[in-house]
Formats: sequence, structure tokens, C-alpha cells
Amino acid sequence: MTARVPNEPVAPGRTAAVDVAWAGAAVQRGGRRVVDGVDLSVSGGSWVSLLGPNGAGKTTLVRTLAGSGLDAGSVSIGGRSLGDLSARERARLIAVVPQHPVIPPGIAVFDYVLLGRAPHQGLRFAASEEDRRRTHAVAQRLDLDELSTRTLESLSGGERQRVVLARALAQDTPVLVLDEPTTFLDVGHQLAVLELIAELRAERSLTVITTMHDLSVAGQFADTVAVMSAGRLIAHGRPAQVLTPELIETCWGVAATTTVDGHGGVTVAVQRRREVPLWPGRARVTEPPESSTPTTLEPTR
Amino acid sequence: MGAVAVDEQGLRVALPRGTRLETGWLVGGIAAALGAVVLGLWLGPVSIPPGRVMLELLDRLPVIDIDSGLSVSDRAIVWDLRAPRVVLGLLVGGLLAGSGAAYQGVFRNPLADPYLLGIAAGAGLGATLAIVSGVGDGIGVVDPVPLAAFVGALVAVAAAGMLGTRRGRSGTASTLILAGVAVASFLTAVQTYVQQRHAESLRQVYSWLLGRLSTSGWGEVGLLAPYAVACVVVLTLSVGALDVLAVGDDEAASLGMRPRRVRLVVLGAASLGAAAAVAVSGLIGFVGLIVPHVVRRLTGVSHRQVIPLSFLFGGAFLVLTDIAARTVQAPAELPIGVITAFIGAPFFLLILRRGSEA
Repeated sequence: MTARVPNEPVAPGRTAAVDVAWAGAAVQRGGRRVVDGVDLSVSGGSWVSLLGPNGAGKTTLVRTLAGSGLDAGSVSIGGRSLGDLSARERARLIAVVPQHPVIPPGIAVFDYVLLGRAPHQGLRFAASEEDRRRTHAVAQRLDLDELSTRTLESLSGGERQRVVLARALAQDTPVLVLDEPTTFLDVGHQLAVLELIAELRAERSLTVITTMHDLSVAGQFADTVAVMSAGRLIAHGRPAQVLTPELIETCWGVAATTTVDGHGGVTVAVQRRREVPLWPGRARVTEPPESSTPTTLEPTR
Repeated sequence: MGAVAVDEQGLRVALPRGTRLETGWLVGGIAAALGAVVLGLWLGPVSIPPGRVMLELLDRLPVIDIDSGLSVSDRAIVWDLRAPRVVLGLLVGGLLAGSGAAYQGVFRNPLADPYLLGIAAGAGLGATLAIVSGVGDGIGVVDPVPLAAFVGALVAVAAAGMLGTRRGRSGTASTLILAGVAVASFLTAVQTYVQQRHAESLRQVYSWLLGRLSTSGWGEVGLLAPYAVACVVVLTLSVGALDVLAVGDDEAASLGMRPRRVRLVVLGAASLGAAAAVAVSGLIGFVGLIVPHVVRRLTGVSHRQVIPLSFLFGGAFLVLTDIAARTVQAPAELPIGVITAFIGAPFFLLILRRGSEA
């Protein structure tokens, strides 16, 4: 028996951060250009959040990283054109957390996370001890130890999201793509997932690419935000430079106020656009409470 | 003891294994198959003492030389009548169950069975044509009915495969299924028409369609064996790929796999095995559907367990049902498809209920 206890850190980090760049990228769907000449460079080790209204082409753009083809232009990763890579080579560079992952019925957490090792395995997809060790390390890092024999169906939404993230991390890629990673989570779990991604990004020098709807979340976690509209990239830069009330008005058609904190993080508050019918009793609570005492909802007070 | 990892407190903990074929289940599967074989050699219309059958079996092992005390005619019953039939049952049951498991895995659909892409309809048409044309009455050395059924089955699957992968977003699982359904309906219509036009062969066609494991010596086993070996080898090597494919085409591709290629290889091997099984045994239903489900209920969803154990338990199951088919109304024989459904359906329901209560 050779029970080797590894001395190296459990999650061997990537040292070389990898750039991702789209040049003139275009994708056609049903005769429509859903991605239309996008030039976007993401520096290695940074976090970019793709923003834009529904149908702007965010998801289509990130899917070009997962092997769905471009109709024009190119996407390169670490200076290599993605089109020149085999599926397996690509999967060793880019891990994807889909918005709606397919959960095989009855699969256990450890087995599911182990699937992330597939690009490092042979044609038979047999797991080596190294594969199991890495999988275990990732599961430990994301506090999934206790869950490893549970089925994914039995987990809560937040736990399941961590498991899917763990599978992507087990792939051991320099680039991590997350499509709407917080969609089905409550605010507490949203922050938990994003804080975790921020930590992992720092630990592993990951280049993180996310699509998002929540502007405040993007404004606080991403290093840069890229705003798309009708298939085109209309702005890319630091959140404080890009997420201005003017741009939000232009792109989403809503009035918003923004607050920039000391670290360049942006929070966005969106206002109702017009008068809408409200419960009559509601209008009587007009003034916000002056102190921090909680507001009561009794209209007769 | 297996590999070790370190937990957060710095303690050594066993590194989780991930699902793999458990030795206990493998031994259980082999034991079930062997047990069924012994029962199949022992039980039949003519009673032969089981102890002597065991001795006779041992005698056939290399080096061992025992006198089992069987008479010449009993020995002939065991070796020339029962043994080929038992081995054929083992192969046919294993192939149907194993390819059923593979089909369910590829299509990620619990209702898939090896007949999904038209194998049954194609084989039925092939066999019907051979029977009504009269060539079934024996010309030369090759029995034309299985040959025609085999060709018909492969033509049907190939047609479904090509029609289902030609256009647009080619080769998704659902276009394949739809093409298979269309091909099967078409071929069944042709088969029914041919059958109606030749009412005199109705009984013969009908009996073929119901399925049976009758043998004349080792011929059928010899016909089936090469396809069985190919099917078992390819599917056993594909268990890991099938587990990756369980997350769907898009995610499997993002994990570095080429889902269409895997689907082609797995469906090709499974169809070849199932077509060969159908060619020699007719349409035996239910085995390809229920055996993989029962195995899944018992061992979990990983193909690393489901595929090999479906081969073993499917073989054992069909040998056992064949014993019932040839003894219940001896000397007459019941169609084995009747027995597989009659025994299989309640057993399946029992497993389903127990599983949902657990």
C-alpha cells in the first residue's frame, strides 16, 4: 500500500493567466445576426461580465467558447485560435457552467464532479487516482464533502449550483465561463456563489467570463463589464465608467441611479417608469421612517 | 485500502472512488448467469438428476475427468438439445438487455429499447418475406429466415440513422427517434400487407414474430457469437463515454467529447447485437426494457455497472424464462415472449414500488 499524502496545496492553481479575445465575431441564427461583429479582449486573470437586455446575444457569444461555431471572425484563447483546437484541447482550456445544466437522474455528487475530469481522460473515460484526487480537492474546497454520496436531485438550489461549479473547476482550466450563475438563487446565495468565484479566481488566476442580468452584482464583482445590445458590443470598461444612468437608459430603457463605492464597485437602483395601479392603502405610508426602526405595514397607523 | 486524501483537519480520509463496477455485483451477475445455465441444463421435460448434470459439466472442464453416470441419450439431451439452447438464451437475453441499456443511455430516455430505431419492424419484414417466398423451407446450408431478418433489421436501423441525421441540426437524439418511429411504421405496414397477401403462411410468420429459442444444434449460437462478442466489447468500452453523455450533447461537447461520434459507435454496436439476437430468436419483447431498469434500481445509474450487469442478468433472465416456456406446457412450448412479459411485468412493478418506498 502506498498511501501518499500530497504536500502540495489541494487546489493546484494556474500560474499563467490566459487571455480571451473575440475579433469580428459574428453568429447567424435563422437568418438574423445574433452576434454582429464583436471585438472584445479579456485580460488573463480578470473577470468580465457580459450585460445586455434579453436577446442581446450574450449567451450566444459565450457559447462560441464552448464549441458552437462562428459564422465570421474568430475567437482566440491564450493567442491560439479556438477553431484550431480539438474538442478535448478546448475543454482543457475552458470550463462552462451552463445556465440550465442537465442533471442526470440519480447521479451522486462525487460522480458528477468527476465528470469534469473527462477532458483529461482517455477514450474510455476511466478515472485515474489523480482524477479522483483533484475531484476530491475541489469538492473539499467548495464544502461538498458531506454531500458527496447524495444525489443532485436531493440538493437545494444553492448546493446544486456549487456542485455544477465544482464540476467546472475539476476541469482545471484557466478560463471559467458562467452563464447566468445566479438565476435561481436568493440574494444570500447569489452573493455566496459570487464571492466564491471571486476567491477561486484569485487562487487560480482564472479568467472569468459571466453573463448576467443583475447590474449591481456585475458592477460589484466584475473587473470590467461589456454591454451588448442587438448583437453588438456597445461598451466595455470599468463598471464605474460603463454603468452610468445614461447608458442604462439607452440600453435597457429604464431610469436608474448608480452609486460608486471606494473600490470602483457600482450599485444600480432602478426606478419604476410610470404610475401603475397600486393598493390604495399603500399610498398612506409615504414618508420613509426617519430612524432605523422597521416600517410597519399597517395603513391605519 | 484505497487511495488517501487529507481532510480540512489534516486527517487522512479515504479518497472517494466514484462509481465503478463493484466486485460484489459482478460476482453476483456471473453467479446468476451460471446458475441459470445449470438450471437450464437440468430442467426440462425429461428429468435428469441435477447432481449428474453437475458432474457432467465438471467432466467437460479441462484436466478433470469424471464419470457422471449419464446414459448416452441423457447425455445427448444435455449436450445436443439443452446446452445450445441455454447458451443461445444467455446470448440473446444478454444482447437484448445490454443494447437496451445502451439505447436508454444514448437517448437519455427510460422508455428506449433496442427496437426503438426499427430493428423489430425491419427484422419482421425480412423474416416475413423469406417465409412467404418459400425459401424458408431450407435451401443449402444457410437458413434464410434469420439471414433475411438480420439484413432487414440492419437496413431499418441504417435508414433511421441516415434519415434522422441528414438535415438541419443533424443527429440530435430526438430527430433520430422520430426517424426510427417513421421507419418502423412504414416497414410494419409493408410487413402487414405482405402477411395479408399470404394468409397461408400466417401461422409461421406469427410464430416467428412471437419469438422463440429453438435450436438445431450449435448453428444459431455460431451465427450469433461473433456479433455478440463485437457488441459486448464495444459497449463495455463505452461505459465511461455513456456516463459523460448523460449530461446531454452540449455539455458533453464542452467536456471535450464528440457526442455524435459516441452515439454512432454505441448505437452501431448495440444495434448489431440486437439485430443478430432478433435474427436467431424472433421478437422477444420486454427484456431490453426491464432488465436494465431492474439493474439500475439495484445498483444506481452509472453505465459502468448498468451495461455489464445488464448483459449478465439479461442472459440469466432469458434462460430462466425459457425453462418456463418449455416446461409449463410440456411437451408443447409457449412463446418465450409471453413468458418474459408475464414474469417480467409484475417483477418490474414490484421493483418500482419498492424503489419508490425506499
